[in-house]
Amino acid sequence: MKPLPQLTAENTAFWTGGADGKLKIAFCKDCAAAIHPPQLVCPKCWCEEIENKSVPGTGSVYSYTVNHQPWAPDMKVPFAIAVVDVDGAPGVRVTAEVINADLDSITIGQQMRVCFMNVDDVWFPQWEPVR
Amino acid sequence: MTMKATITGVGMSNIGRKTNRPAMAHLVEAAKRAMETAGLTKDDIDGISTYPGKTDNSPGMSPLGTGEVRNALGLKTRWHGAIPDGPSQMGPIMVAAMAVLTGQARHVLCFRALTESSSQTATRRASIAGAGKARMDGWLSYLVPANAMSASNWAGWMAMRYFHEFGMTREHLGMVATGERAFAQLNPMAVMQSPMTMEDYLEARMISSPLGLFDCDIPIDGACVVIVSAADAAKDCAREPLVIEAMGAALGSQETWDQRTDLTTMGAHDSCADMWKRTDMKPADINVLALYDGFSIFVPYWLEAFGFCGHGEAKDFIAEGNIGPGGRFPVNTGGGQLSGGRLHGFGLLHEACTQLWGDAGARQVTNAQTAVCGMGGGFIAGSMLLRKD
Repeated sequence: MKPLPQLTAENTAFWTGGADGKLKIAFCKDCAAAIHPPQLVCPKCWCEEIENKSVPGTGSVYSYTVNHQPWAPDMKVPFAIAVVDVDGAPGVRVTAEVINADLDSITIGQQMRVCFMNVDDVWFPQWEPVR
Repeated sequence: MTMKATITGVGMSNIGRKTNRPAMAHLVEAAKRAMETAGLTKDDIDGISTYPGKTDNSPGMSPLGTGEVRNALGLKTRWHGAIPDGPSQMGPIMVAAMAVLTGQARHVLCFRALTESSSQTATRRASIAGAGKARMDGWLSYLVPANAMSASNWAGWMAMRYFHEFGMTREHLGMVATGERAFAQLNPMAVMQSPMTMEDYLEARMISSPLGLFDCDIPIDGACVVIVSAADAAKDCAREPLVIEAMGAALGSQETWDQRTDLTTMGAHDSCADMWKRTDMKPADINVLALYDGFSIFVPYWLEAFGFCGHGEAKDFIAEGNIGPGGRFPVNTGGGQLSGGRLHGFGLLHEACTQLWGDAGARQVTNAQTAVCGMGGGFIAGSMLLRKD
């Protein structure tokens, strides 16, 4: 079984936003920088007022890979992982599994929208192609 | 002239797959061989340094820390330490260089020991961090739980982007893999000795696109030791001391595999740029290249990072025959990690030193006077320039 992320003060909004269907990204209240992975402090200006804001949940594929190797006994292959430039959060990429897609059809630049898969207290973002 | 640190000895155990030998047996073998090359004895060693220290984060990744090795070898030291975080697997060698330059020690035994081949099981595979754990934190927690469990996935999306931007194809990476295999066949210590053609490479199963089986290095059992010595202490050693002309450890992006603005570059580009600032030497002065090849795609990245060719030009540089046997800039002449086995960069440095001492047998590069070594992939990077005096 693959491990789950430990929920922390920094990351709880990111990992649980999916309960409300929202992709939440950390932003600095002072300089407005988008911060990912989320932090308790802004890496740009060291402001400690961090706001987790919903973004539209869309983005474009910066890169991707199709994994064929079962790294754990219960892993079903093949599947694709996409590194997606997130709309509304400049400089932030969210890496997640791609679902509901023909694996041969995934391309760099393709538009994706987020959906979520709930396991225990974690809502994993997943990327689905925008038709 | 500024005093430089030196390398005076290297040793590698009889590495292999499923050796079922204790890690310490490999370590002792490597240490004795390193002492023999250096012409030193146990009592000369007054420092010890390793990466990453004893850890069970993934099976066989690092069964020995400085504690185990100090105790087993009966070392009395003036410096000891492991460096789990830092500028790649090269970190402990850099720390050793700084230790001898600041007078903390005279001869530092730097080691890396792995039993990834013997230790991995169906449920706990080599180099899969966090496997078997319920929860994980840190930067890995944004990748592993999201099913990006293996570094082959992370290197895979780097390669995919690089292919997209610069028109590299699998054949270019196949030239890296088959070239290293050709070198391995000239190195009796290399794990993979059978010939490999481009057809073999292309027909191998996909691991994480565009990377296939032969784009991935090989988990092994083994150990490697590098002796770093103060320049004045090195004069009495058996071989000509190899001068560490410059090192680079700069990192300009955060420690993740997906957030660097341009993933057709990596930490290596920062560490190499910093290294060249510390020397008057240039890429054209280099005879031997030791470039981290945990995945084949790292080789073109390191070539560009060190400035042997421009950004995006590595595919042509490789296709022109520069890096294989007989090339102007031979890369990983011992077979690299792809065909020699994964000693986490130490094996690559071992080979570079072996070349500079003229001990490389059938694969010896003519008149090898200088070498660069780059360790790490993704954000992990350390760069080193070695020369004969």
